[in-house]
Formats: sequence, C-alpha cells, structure tokens
Amino acid sequence: MSVRRLNEEQPAEFAFTPENIDWAEGQIAKYPEGRQASAIIPLLWQAQKQAGGWLPEPAIRHVADMLDMPYIRALEVATFYTMFNLSPVGEHFVQLCGTTPCWLRGADDLKDVCRKLIGEQGEITEDGKLSWLEVECLGACVNAPMVQINDDFYEDLTANSFEQILSDLRAGKEVATGPQNSRRASEPEGGLTVLKGDK
Amino acid sequence: MSETENNLVKVTVDGQAVEVAPGTTIMQACEEAGAEIPRFCYHERLSVAGNCRMCLVEVENAPKPVASCAMPVAPDMVVSTTSETVKTAREGVMEFLLINHPLDCPICDQGGECDLQDQALGFGGDASRFDDNKRAVENKNMGPLVKTIMTRCIHCTRCVRFAQEVAGVPEIGAIGRGEDTEITTYLEASLDSEMSGNVIDLCPVGALTSRPYAFTARPWELRKTETIDVMDALGSNIRVDMRGREAMRIMPRNHDDVNEEWLSDKSRFVWDGLNTQRLDRPFIRQNGKLTPASWDAAFDLVESKLKGKGAATAAIAGDLVCAEGQFALKGLMDALASPHVDCRQDGAKISGPRGNYIFNASIAGIEEADALLLIGSNPRLEAPVLNARIRKRYLMGDFPIVAIGEAVDLTYKAEFIGAGADTLADLLAGKQSFADTLKNAKNPMIIVGQGALTREDGAAVLAAAIELAAKTGASFNMLHTAAARVAGLDLGLVPGEGGHDVAGIQDAAQSGTIENVIFYGADEIAGASLGDAFVVYIGSHGDRGAHRADVILPAAAYTEKQATYVNTEGRAQMTEQAATPPGEAREDWKIFRALSARLDVTLPYDNLAALRAAMYEAVPHLAQLDDVIAADAPVAPPHDGLGAEAFTYAVNDFYFTNPIARASAIMADCAKAKNEPKNRGDSSEGTGTDG
Repeated sequence: MSVRRLNEEQPAEFAFTPENIDWAEGQIAKYPEGRQASAIIPLLWQAQKQAGGWLPEPAIRHVADMLDMPYIRALEVATFYTMFNLSPVGEHFVQLCGTTPCWLRGADDLKDVCRKLIGEQGEITEDGKLSWLEVECLGACVNAPMVQINDDFYEDLTANSFEQILSDLRAGKEVATGPQNSRRASEPEGGLTVLKGDK
Repeated sequence: MSETENNLVKVTVDGQAVEVAPGTTIMQACEEAGAEIPRFCYHERLSVAGNCRMCLVEVENAPKPVASCAMPVAPDMVVSTTSETVKTAREGVMEFLLINHPLDCPICDQGGECDLQDQALGFGGDASRFDDNKRAVENKNMGPLVKTIMTRCIHCTRCVRFAQEVAGVPEIGAIGRGEDTEITTYLEASLDSEMSGNVIDLCPVGALTSRPYAFTARPWELRKTETIDVMDALGSNIRVDMRGREAMRIMPRNHDDVNEEWLSDKSRFVWDGLNTQRLDRPFIRQNGKLTPASWDAAFDLVESKLKGKGAATAAIAGDLVCAEGQFALKGLMDALASPHVDCRQDGAKISGPRGNYIFNASIAGIEEADALLLIGSNPRLEAPVLNARIRKRYLMGDFPIVAIGEAVDLTYKAEFIGAGADTLADLLAGKQSFADTLKNAKNPMIIVGQGALTREDGAAVLAAAIELAAKTGASFNMLHTAAARVAGLDLGLVPGEGGHDVAGIQDAAQSGTIENVIFYGADEIAGASLGDAFVVYIGSHGDRGAHRADVILPAAAYTEKQATYVNTEGRAQMTEQAATPPGEAREDWKIFRALSARLDVTLPYDNLAALRAAMYEAVPHLAQLDDVIAADAPVAPPHDGLGAEAFTYAVNDFYFTNPIARASAIMADCAKAKNEPKNRGDSSEGTGTDG
C-alpha cells in the first residue's frame, strides 16, 4: 500500500440522487440520536457507487454534511479504508489478489495480463472500460488465483481465461462469474470425493 | 471528598506504597510516588489516546507491559517502572519511533526543548539497527503561524485532540493509515482558531513549530522572563524570551485559575509588535510635522500649555496601561484639580461598586456553572482562552448556553435567542423560557460583554443584567477586553464631580472648553474628534494616538516595566521587566512624576516603592497579588431605559485590537490569512527538512 491522495481533478459538486437520499436516511436511522456519524461507511460506499466507482472530494463533504460531522473526520475514514477509491477507476474495476495462495497459483501471470491489456496499476484504458489494482487477500483462497471485478468474484483463473474475461467485458459481452474451470463453487475439481449420498 | 478519601486505593510503585483515588491512572499514581514516566501522546489536559506506548510499565501478574496512561489503578497493584522489562520496552518503543524520525536535530527548531530528543537520551538505546530509507512526508499548510515539517511527526495526535477538544475547531486529522498516516487539515486549509499556536507547544517533536520564530534562535540563548500578558483582559501568564534587547517569542505559563496552559494567538505572536513602531524619543509637532526633540524641550512645551490650565486639561487612559501609571496619572489630574479623567476610552457606561465591573464568578468558576447567558459578548474573540474554559464546561454536559447578540460560531453550541436589548428586557420580564432555566439552575452565570455597554443605553443594559442576575440568583460577570480597565476603575479613573467622560471630553475639546488632552496609551479615539485641543501622547507605539499628538512622551511597553495589571476577574498580577524601554523611553509613572514637578504639583513619591505604598493605601487589594478578592454585590446603576438596537461585539478585528498588535507584521499576516478564502488543494512545500 502506498500513500493515498485525493485525485487532482475533481468534479465541481456532488449530491445524492433522491433514491440514494432515501436509502441514506434509512441507514442513518439505524443509529441512535447523536450517533448518526456511525453511518459514514455505508454512505461513503453509496456515494462511491453513484460516482462511478470512486469517491470524489465533494462527495466526502456531502456525506459529512449529511451526518453533521467535520470534513476532516470524513476524510480520515475515506483515506483509511482502501475500499474507497480516491481516483477514478474503469467501468470494470479489477481488484487482483496477489497474496500468497493466489500468488503461488499464478497471480503473477494475471498481473502480466493486466499489464498487457490495461497498463500499469491505477491506469484506465482509453475507452474507460478497465482499470486494475493489486489488493490483499479477498478470502477466496480455495479458488486461487482470483480477481474481483466490480461486485463479482472470478476464480480459478488462468492467463487465458482471464484475458478472455477482460476482452469480453470490454466488448460488453455477458461473462460468467465464479470459477472459470467448470468447477462448482469450491467443490473438488474432479467432482465430489465424499458425501456422495447414503452408500 | 471524604467519601473518596475513605475509598483510597493502595498501590505500590517501585516498592513505595501510595494511596490514590479510585479511577486514577497508573501514570498518575507513579507520579504521586515520584516515579517519572516518559510519554509522548499523553497530555493531562487532553483525552487519553494511548497510542505512543512510551509510558509502558510492568504490573505484577499482568502478562505484558501496560500503557500506564490509559490503565486505571486496581487495589494492591504492584507497579515497577525501573525493571529490566520496562527498560527494554521503552528502548523498543523508542527504536520504533526513531525508525522514521529524521536525525535532523541540528537544523530543527525544536532542538534543545524536544521531548523526543530528551527521552531518546534518557530512555533510548545507543544505536539504530535500521538501514532502510526513512519515510518522507510532504509538509502541510496550517496557516501563517504553524510551520509543519511532517517527516518529523510521530503521530501522537495531540494536535488533533487539542483542535477537537480544547479549541473546538475539529479541523486537524490523521489521514491514511499505518506507515502512511499523515497529520493534516482538510485540504490543507489554515486553522480557523484563535488558539492555534498551542499545537506548537503540544507537539512533542519538531513537526509543528512556530513559523514566525523559525530559525531565529535556540532556546538556550534566550533570556526568559515570567510575566503577564495584556492582549486581552484575562491576564494570561506568559514567559517572554529575549535575545539581547529583542523579544524573540512569547510562551504561556501554567496558571490553573487563569489560562491553564493555553495562550491565544494574539498574545503569543504579538512579539514582533514590541520591536517595531516604537516611540524611542520625545517628539514635538512643528509646522504640522512630528519632529524629534529632547525631553526638556518636550516638557517645556507641555508646561507652557498646561500650566495654570489644570481645569481645562483632560486625560484618557488606554487599554494596555498599568495600574502604577494610571495611579500616577490620577494623582497628577487630582493635583491639577481637573475632574476630566476617564479610563473607559471605548465609552463603556460602567459605574457602581466593584461588583459591577468584574468577573465575579472567577474564570475557574466557569467550570462550576450550570447555565450561561452571554449578553453582547463574543468571548471567542474577546478572550479566546476564557472561551476555551466555557467550552471545557460545555463538554462536561448539562450546560445550557444562551446568547443575546449577532449569531456567531463560539466553538460550542449556544442558542442565540435575540440580537438586541429588547430580548434582554423580555428575559427580565420573564417572557423568555431561559429566565426559568436561569432561575432553576444552581449556579447560573451571566456574562456581559463590552459591546453591550458602549452603546447609548449601556447603563440600562448594565442595570438590566444586574437586575436579571439578582432576580435569578445568577452571578454577574463582566468580560473586559482591555487589560488596563479593571485597575483603572479600581483606581477611580472616572470623571469626578462635574467632570467629562470620554464622549464629553471630545465634545468639550471641540467646543474649546477643554484645551489640553493627555492620551495615556489611548489609541482608539478618532483624532479629529478632539478639535484643536493640544494633545500630549504618553505611550509606547506610534499608532493612532501618537498620530494626533502635539507632543509625544515615549513610555514603556508591558514587557519593559514591572507593573501591576488587574484582570477581568479582579486578580492583580505583576509583570516583570524583560527589557529596558527603547532609547529615551521611560517607565510611565516616571513621566507623570517628572511632568508633575514641571507643573509645580509634584507627586509625593520618588520611587516605585513609594508609589506602590501610596497606591496600596488607596486601593489595598492591588497589593494582594494573584488573589481574587470577592467584591460587593453589584448594584443596578441609574439609567434612561433600554433601547431596542441589536448588540454589536467589542472585538471584530481580533488581530488588530491594540497598538502593539497593529504594529505586528505577524498579526497582519494572520488577518490576511483569515480573510482569504480557504486555499483548498494548495501545493505543499516539499518533503524533508528544508533547512
């Protein structure tokens, strides 16, 4: 991890859509009076979703105002958690796991694919479709190596299958989520070996 | 009290048994036992953070060393602060802190008074085992007063807690995390606080240092004089650091009942005003221009104008003048048989017994109050440190605060129920619900600001506030803005029988019945309002008063004389002389004494001791230094009825309230930074140590 800074270029302003305001008020209502600042993380998350996968500076202020907290306190939260992207990301934002199990199973190959198709970490492709970031363990080690693209996991990847996924996403095609080697969830690769029934 | 005494907890520290109250932290118990605990993040006036780990001690039966600042004592606890484990723990913590702390002490302004330096020497190891590059952090803008060298920061978060808790401006924070944590304000905006300089004292390393003082002096080459501040009426205890004749910086001293250990930015950074715009020799106006003259020539001129014209001579005392000088001035005017004396140059309609014009509840008493009414006062600008005390009480909870005046941000929640005197009348008539709150409170307070008293109906506002206090059982407190005022009123520098007050003097000067006006450090009066009167200015700075003067007699500033000042709560305190007055300037009382001899009304004292003896005889409580003498109950003065106009506050330009502040370039920078829009996204000065 390195020093995370707000993006140089920022939109002039940010405001929640009416639906998101409703949603945010629901979140705030979960906390007792005077403790509404507790809703900071879900609200920032929603703001990030609305802003297209990253958190613009006006959004941080907007959320802080909604929760009646000082801007700096909201900035502290936004910069603390790496789940908040402080710079724009591609339409399909690839979070590539590089922690030991994935690395042993070929994460370095996936990184090469990213470098080939997208560029260096943090860079966005010219069409705005893709960007990538190496992250720490996403908790799917049993299906290593894996990446997360937006809200979905893509597991049991190889350089080829990963390249295919990226190309398909870029072309706007439908992509199957989960394991990419015809395995079901995290069941054994050659089919079940135990718990096959009564016999 | 007796209950806690009976419940004392027995703790053994390094073999020595001490008894402390339950809830005491181990660190406090250790200090009780005389064991010194090193620390960085812990500060007794801030909340406990427990993040530096320097205060680790060993507790018997605890599995590992505990942070003594955050751990409360338990009965029969056995603590060791000297064991091998503790020594190793401290060395370990220190080694970690120094991994990323630059070894730039030779070019660091904190050098010589640095907690990290001292503690590394006392508790650290002898060498580093780390060869990797140290981290570098970009410097952050925090305004014109606080210089940042963020590479040196050890993340104790004292500044963050100070801004949040004491100053009430939650603008500093720690962004990022882990090794990448950085202390900053939101988008590097300047700190919007009148107390921001205190983070410099709080910073245990050289990360936050004084920008105006940067690279000018080392602590060991400064001569330190403990004295009293006069920038506001609080009488904050300060230390003036001099090098040769030049004031290099001003630091707060601890006084639990006055300023605790805080200091307002104006008091702390006004020192360059002491070195500029000084009147260092007498001046005489010739052909419309002020020209240097000798003391004799100046006295000759004054003598020729004043002699035999005692009754046509008036005197106005200013905001920064001392009790001794005012006593001598009063003596001179009495000898000249002139009743036209006034120390209320702002025109505040203050009259009546002492209880009418002091902060009766005392500053520390704010913490015992349980309801507060502010009348025409903005304490944040009039006395920032007192405002911090109100905030401290506010944070304890259950403290309704209501204010009458223009709505401003006081750093705590106050309800502004009205803007003008009509609201005060409503309160008095019981038409406002807060009147009941005051009545039902055990220890309610009413604070009246000078802005409410300088208006046409000032006397009526004073009377209404006193009546309201009497009716609700609240304490009546006046918050002054001038350090000289309470002493002036104590000494009776108000118009005598048939005398003119400040407004009257100006009218009479224009009509010609007053021919001579003595301005004793009075700089807030428009020169044109005095008509053709002959003006003698006695003061330290070439400011508005000197501008109007026909004769200037140079006097000493507050750091250049041993003099008495009485703060807003009536506490007499004495300044110490940090330097001699510049050039031919003389101590104030000596000027009046010499002048009296020229006018054949020689004052009956030849030295300071004799003057003080006479002054103490006239006003005995001035002799009781650092004591607050309870005053008689306030009495509502006569008046002509309340107006309805909105209150205006006495202080609007915080950085320019007096001649010394107006002479200070640092204050000008502060005012400029304050008036500029917040400079969001300003680029930083770079990393490392630009020494």
